[in-house]
Amino acid sequence: MKKRKLSPLETGFHIFFLICGILSVAFVLFISIYLIISGLPAILKIGPIKFLFGQKWSAGTEDFGILSFILTSIYGTAGAVVIGVPLGIMTAVFLAKVAPPKLAKVIHTAVELLAGIPSVVYGLVGMVVLVPAIQKAFKLSSGACLLAAILVLAVMILPYIINVSETALRAVPREYEEASLALGATETETYFKVSLHAARSGVATAVVQGVGRAIGEAMAIIMVSGNVANMPGLFKSVRFLTTAIVSEMSYAAYGSLQRQALFSIGLVLFLFIMLINAFLTLVIKKERA
Amino acid sequence: MAGIIETKDLDLWYGEKQALHSINIEIPDHQVTALIGPSGCGKSTFLKTLNRMNDLVEGVRIEGLVSYNGIDIFAPGTDVTWLRRQIGMVFQKANPFPMSIYDNVAYGPRTHGIKNKGELDGIVEQALKDAAIWDEVKDRLKSSALGMSGGQQQRLCIARALAVKPDILLLDESTSALDPISTSKIEDLIGELKKEYTVIMVTHNMQQAVRISDKTAFFLLGEMVEFGGTDQIFSAPKNKKTEDYISGRFG
Repeated sequence: MKKRKLSPLETGFHIFFLICGILSVAFVLFISIYLIISGLPAILKIGPIKFLFGQKWSAGTEDFGILSFILTSIYGTAGAVVIGVPLGIMTAVFLAKVAPPKLAKVIHTAVELLAGIPSVVYGLVGMVVLVPAIQKAFKLSSGACLLAAILVLAVMILPYIINVSETALRAVPREYEEASLALGATETETYFKVSLHAARSGVATAVVQGVGRAIGEAMAIIMVSGNVANMPGLFKSVRFLTTAIVSEMSYAAYGSLQRQALFSIGLVLFLFIMLINAFLTLVIKKERA
Repeated sequence: MAGIIETKDLDLWYGEKQALHSINIEIPDHQVTALIGPSGCGKSTFLKTLNRMNDLVEGVRIEGLVSYNGIDIFAPGTDVTWLRRQIGMVFQKANPFPMSIYDNVAYGPRTHGIKNKGELDGIVEQALKDAAIWDEVKDRLKSSALGMSGGQQQRLCIARALAVKPDILLLDESTSALDPISTSKIEDLIGELKKEYTVIMVTHNMQQAVRISDKTAFFLLGEMVEFGGTDQIFSAPKNKKTEDYISGRFG
């Protein structure tokens, strides 16, 4: 095919679009390379095993083991998923299938608002309402703990789970549901066995998005989790991968091993999120095939 | 012999619009009954009333009596899931679930509490055999039902309905979207099915009604104009409107 000739203005715009495209790729590349360059030295100096599996983090004694942060991030995310995903999927089923249209619209608007709340506001509300409530309910010396962070994260991922699952559920052809009902299944059986089954790739996307969001969150959870480098426990003050960086970066001396180790934490977090995204792409590809 | 399905003065409205006017019919056991008539005459509406699929339509209102084996299907004590297990349905468009062939057929029995693998295997095989599709799919039971041809999908849907062991099978223009070869396979199948089941089918194709039905009911503008033996309806209709319709003067 012969290439059609473009006007100079068109050509100009094409080049401009190309530059925009290259820019975003360049940002990703730049961040990746920067993280690797700045994150690797500390890992090599400390030793990868000691860094990843060391249980003690103390700048004073130069112990930089991040196992407690890794586990806290994993537990916190898992806890948020365990609470947020079922709640979100049930809400999505309700909105897409059960709720009268007017009520669905009201709830839908509320969910969208929830997605738009800045994370620092989640943190504030958690700090003022949730932390004292947990302290009272479980008779703790402080309510700022992993449980509080899990609850805040669960609420934060809800809108993602609900929106994506709801869209997927609404796209399920009505014929599937009619076929199920005509076989004598109840409506509830139909929603769980047929509608959710047919929407499963959308629901999987929702879950992975929620995981990605939860593992990367810092601001909301630093305010409710106590921020002490403990091995994770539901009622213990804990520190996440993200909050470890936030809380020490401002007073780690420039060029010190501590500062370098914080970059290494960033690299670990980055790899975690890359893994999750790769997993998501795989799941969606498999469903489409 | 009393009919397995009987209706008395059945009226049905969609909102303000009356779609069925005082239908009285006795549909016999173990025969094929065809419902014919022009589009919008109420034959599909009538069919969907029998397994209460019309309940799902917003703003539907039904008066009069419909009984299955003498049981009022609209009585408060009648369990609609029980009713739909007795009266299975195959839709106009083949609608297999996006699951494997096996899981499609096993869906009904599983929903009704059968978990034993051997028992399920037996039900699935028998249903697929009854729907005359076993030989075509026995080697790929685990592959997706969506990869089958349209005619195979429709026979799979029949198998799925049979797996619940219904008493009556409702077919809502179930061959209208199929090619002639698939259609003739399903017509042969219906001839076999009436030994075990009562079949009530809506069809647009009058030759099809002649070929496979024992009884024919002619619907027009929400009324049942005439009901009788298929031979009689097509050779010596009693009503002028029936005669006009079957001789192709309108519709």
